[in-house]
Amino acid sequence: MTDAEEAGWFAGLGATGDADETEWLKRAREAIDSGTASEPANWPERAVGADVVPDAETYYERLHQATVATAGELVREREQADDQQLIHSIRALDDCRRTHNELTERLAEWAGTRDRTAAVEASYVRELADSEPTDPTERRLVSLAERIVELDREADRLEEYVDRTAGTVAPNLTALAGPVLAARLIALAGGLGELAKLPSSTVQLLGAEDALFAHLQGAAPSPKHGVIYTHEYVRGTRGEDRGSAARAVAGKLTIAARVDRYRGEYEPEIEAELDERIGRIRARGDR
Amino acid sequence: MTLPEGVKRREIAGERQLATCGEPVYGEPTDGDWRAWDPSRSKLGAVLSAGVDTGLSSGDRVLYLGAASGTTVGHVADFAGPTYAVEFAPRPVRDLLDVAADRPNLFPLLKDARAPETYAHVVEPVEAVIQDVATRGQAEVALANRQFLEPEGRLIAAIKARSEDVTREPAAVFEDALERLREGYEVLATERLEPYHEDHLGVIARPR
Ligand SMILES: C[S@@+](CC[C@H](N)C(=O)[O-])C[C@H]1O[C@@H](n2cnc3c(N)ncnc32)[C@H](O)[C@@H]1O
Repeated sequence: MTDAEEAGWFAGLGATGDADETEWLKRAREAIDSGTASEPANWPERAVGADVVPDAETYYERLHQATVATAGELVREREQADDQQLIHSIRALDDCRRTHNELTERLAEWAGTRDRTAAVEASYVRELADSEPTDPTERRLVSLAERIVELDREADRLEEYVDRTAGTVAPNLTALAGPVLAARLIALAGGLGELAKLPSSTVQLLGAEDALFAHLQGAAPSPKHGVIYTHEYVRGTRGEDRGSAARAVAGKLTIAARVDRYRGEYEPEIEAELDERIGRIRARGDR
Repeated sequence: MTLPEGVKRREIAGERQLATCGEPVYGEPTDGDWRAWDPSRSKLGAVLSAGVDTGLSSGDRVLYLGAASGTTVGHVADFAGPTYAVEFAPRPVRDLLDVAADRPNLFPLLKDARAPETYAHVVEPVEAVIQDVATRGQAEVALANRQFLEPEGRLIAAIKARSEDVTREPAAVFEDALERLREGYEVLATERLEPYHEDHLGVIARPR
């Protein structure tokens, strides 16, 4: 063989006892992921021969550890790359809902010129969509109503997609914030990686950019929260404690986003800590 | 008896079926340490239950191509030796990792089976290459991975006709695939996998 020199994945990692464990694993991952060889070789024997491991048994233990870690890391990375899909889908969902509302109003206004029972309500739209048109104007009204019903269904499907995708992109953030708020935060930051880099004071105000700008112009009080207002722990906490609640929620959401970005595994403690923290904030007022 | 040691026909859940010893993976019925190997969920399971001599033995080193979520490769790792599992789609690999967690001899690799140079620095020469990639160019994948086989090793491949060409007769597609395979292998046996897998051909071959 011409390239008897070609190296296995373990070359350059040093003997397994030498480096510290996490550093070793990190280098092993890199080697397995991006290394190459033009042909296979008896790697276990070579690793023992090069004193990388004492015996074949240790070799396979190490190989198992390293391949599992590498595949796990890659799967996590690719799943997180879905954050851009999540961003598009939450925006599409918002667009669908907004358009749905606008069209429902337009329909009620138009239908109201001919039908006194017309109302800006889903039940009215459905009723109209199911009716038989008797003249050209009604044909347009019924057809428009059908479109609105379909748009509503599409929004539901988009929301299901957001629910599913948010959980794989950011399991911890989704557990704490719910899929829709998790998706909104990721969209406002521009991605999970971007969100994970923000300080929690910024996360607290994501979505309140207009109010913040008005405040900086001296025209308004400083905002206490952005989209995290929709979180039950913020909205459901009484006035004077709401600022503290917003800070606590933003703090834990920030941690959750970082765990999702850098570790990727679900960690139930974050949620438990937030529950406990909010419990204490709310108890203050009860004394 | 053509079953490798470590694979047995046993009475499980009132039915005689193939089984291996290991942690359950996909909700299959079990009996003590033995878990049923469902041939309708596994091409290799269908090959074995048809009584084909695969040449597989317990303790063999195996390269498995197209591991997906690990349904079949989990059974393989139950009786084989070091088992390298290549799969290029990230989603099923998440489940494959759970299967590997209970099996220290199973090594998951998120790699493309058409690019063997990206895992040749990890995979050692093996006694068996098992292939179930269900994608266009199945013969080419087998040829590209021939280098991993020991001279006396075996290729055990499932060829799915529809993956090559949905419009052609399966028999014609199989003929073409075997023709290509013969560029690097001697075909020892073939077996249609009906009724478990429609329009699939099981192939046993050795490198030449
Ligand atoms: C029919 S499924 C395999 C089922 C699996 N062998 C079992 O029985 O448990 C085919 C798998 O091959 C994978 N695959 C297809 N082309 C591949 C390639 N070039 N490299 C690696 N995996 C591939 C697909 O992603 C898919 O998961």
